[in-house]
Amino acid sequence: MARAAVLGRLIWQLGEVAELIDETPRVKTLVLEIPDWPGHRSGQHVDVRLTAEDGYQAQRSYSIASAPENERLEITVERLDDGEVSPYLAEELVVGDKLELRGPIGGYFVWEAGQDGPLLLVAAGSGVVPLMAMLRHRAATGADVPARLLYSSRTLEEVIYRDELDRLSKADPTLEVHYAVTREQPEGWSGYARRVDEEILRETAYPNGEGVAFVCGPTRFVETVANGLLAVGYAPERVRTERFGPTGG
Amino acid sequence: MEEQDLKLDGNAAAGLFRELFAFELTTARGRCDNCGAIAEVGAVAVYANAPGSVLRCPKCDAVLMRVAANGGRYWLDVRGISWLEIHA
Amino acid sequence: MSFVSRGFHGKRRDEGPSGRVPPGQYLVDDFPVLSAGPTPRTPLEQWDFAVTGAVAEPKRWTWDEFRALPSETVTKDIHCVTKWSKLDTVWEGVSLDTLLEDVESAAEYILAFCDGGYTTNLPLEDVTDGKAWIAFGYDGEPLDPEHGGPARLLVPHLYFWKSAKWVRGLRLLDDDEPGFWESLGYHMYGDPWREQRYWGD
Repeated sequence: MARAAVLGRLIWQLGEVAELIDETPRVKTLVLEIPDWPGHRSGQHVDVRLTAEDGYQAQRSYSIASAPENERLEITVERLDDGEVSPYLAEELVVGDKLELRGPIGGYFVWEAGQDGPLLLVAAGSGVVPLMAMLRHRAATGADVPARLLYSSRTLEEVIYRDELDRLSKADPTLEVHYAVTREQPEGWSGYARRVDEEILRETAYPNGEGVAFVCGPTRFVETVANGLLAVGYAPERVRTERFGPTGG
Repeated sequence: MEEQDLKLDGNAAAGLFRELFAFELTTARGRCDNCGAIAEVGAVAVYANAPGSVLRCPKCDAVLMRVAANGGRYWLDVRGISWLEIHA
Repeated sequence: MSFVSRGFHGKRRDEGPSGRVPPGQYLVDDFPVLSAGPTPRTPLEQWDFAVTGAVAEPKRWTWDEFRALPSETVTKDIHCVTKWSKLDTVWEGVSLDTLLEDVESAAEYILAFCDGGYTTNLPLEDVTDGKAWIAFGYDGEPLDPEHGGPARLLVPHLYFWKSAKWVRGLRLLDDDEPGFWESLGYHMYGDPWREQRYWGD
């Protein structure tokens, strides 16, 4: 049950880039030091604001990738070719640069250890970021609520956090990770080789819509999956969605 | 650009709501004044790529709420919501 | 604001040739899509355009009747209140002078109404004398649904929120009545050259 505590004013803060991690050729994680960061819940996001010399500003939302238990805040950014903000974050920023942001934001698309399970997470592309925060939080708290991640990507190379996901699922029998690689599969691929459809959901979702599902990614993907989950037995209140619109760049 | 791409979830307006309200609006439940559907604000459709943000009922597409924000002034129209239940 | 992001320039923001771009605007290469709701998909067999309200006799055209009216191709600059401008956009449409030709009315204002519920208000004199069209073509092609197709109002001398997408008619009024954005802080008139974006401007 979500509580709505009285919140402080949402103010813009300056974080400093402490580290940059190449996740995939187009995806980078920014590790940030933010003095007085109030902490966050997994699934929440931050708003990042860039200001040019002439005063022009551009603002975008990015899901927090790090667990609340993590010392530093991490956001994972996919560089969009025609993006305005993502190329700056993924290519221009260097360690030591400052970044203006505000957060944490969002109370709807959040998961906290201790909530009922099982936990079904469905993502496409960079939609995996907030769900990764949830899995990292789950691992950090030692929660054993059953969890399953269904992660769709065009190629295996584009799967973000792949090593960590494989490590987590190997070490934890209560966590399953399923990949759907849609465009180009490696030889001997035994995972799903097509876009997530109702049949795949029927095979990977928990029976009778038990627990809660979080779906994140491009709008079309989210709609297909959300409808599919309803079709395989999830009640609408148990499916939480976060669509990445076109301004995600 | 796909028209579907312009539709976001209630969560996309969470930052804007934080500028306006002292409580988390996306977990509040409300009733659509047009069709009676009840949903959490986080589950409604948000069209934010416009001169303002428009929240629409996930069932009937009726306008629930409109927010325009321009340089320190906000305009808010919530006529499309019969009531809001907020956990404090 | 004092913080500047090192090395950030943003997308190319051309202020354009002087005199063509109103204050506070910048030029774009693409054609941004802004929307307050889902794209309506009225089939042409069900589409009509109506002139109603304070008129002696309401008028109505089916799609075929509308397309049989004389139309023209015009090249115009357009300016969105969200600060982008686009020069030399080419539209094909029916002039509102043609549609209002036989309309008898003492009304001074109109409220354009659209599929999906959008409305916008204008003085009647701002949509007559060659200032406004119902446009069905853009850049040589039928108007895309995401840009307001099958037909939209085109009033280029005012901010582009007045060029209502998916327009279905005009209601003539004796008094000015705020439309969708005008009732939420946006200027009743909207002249980009006087930067009339919001109430009080």
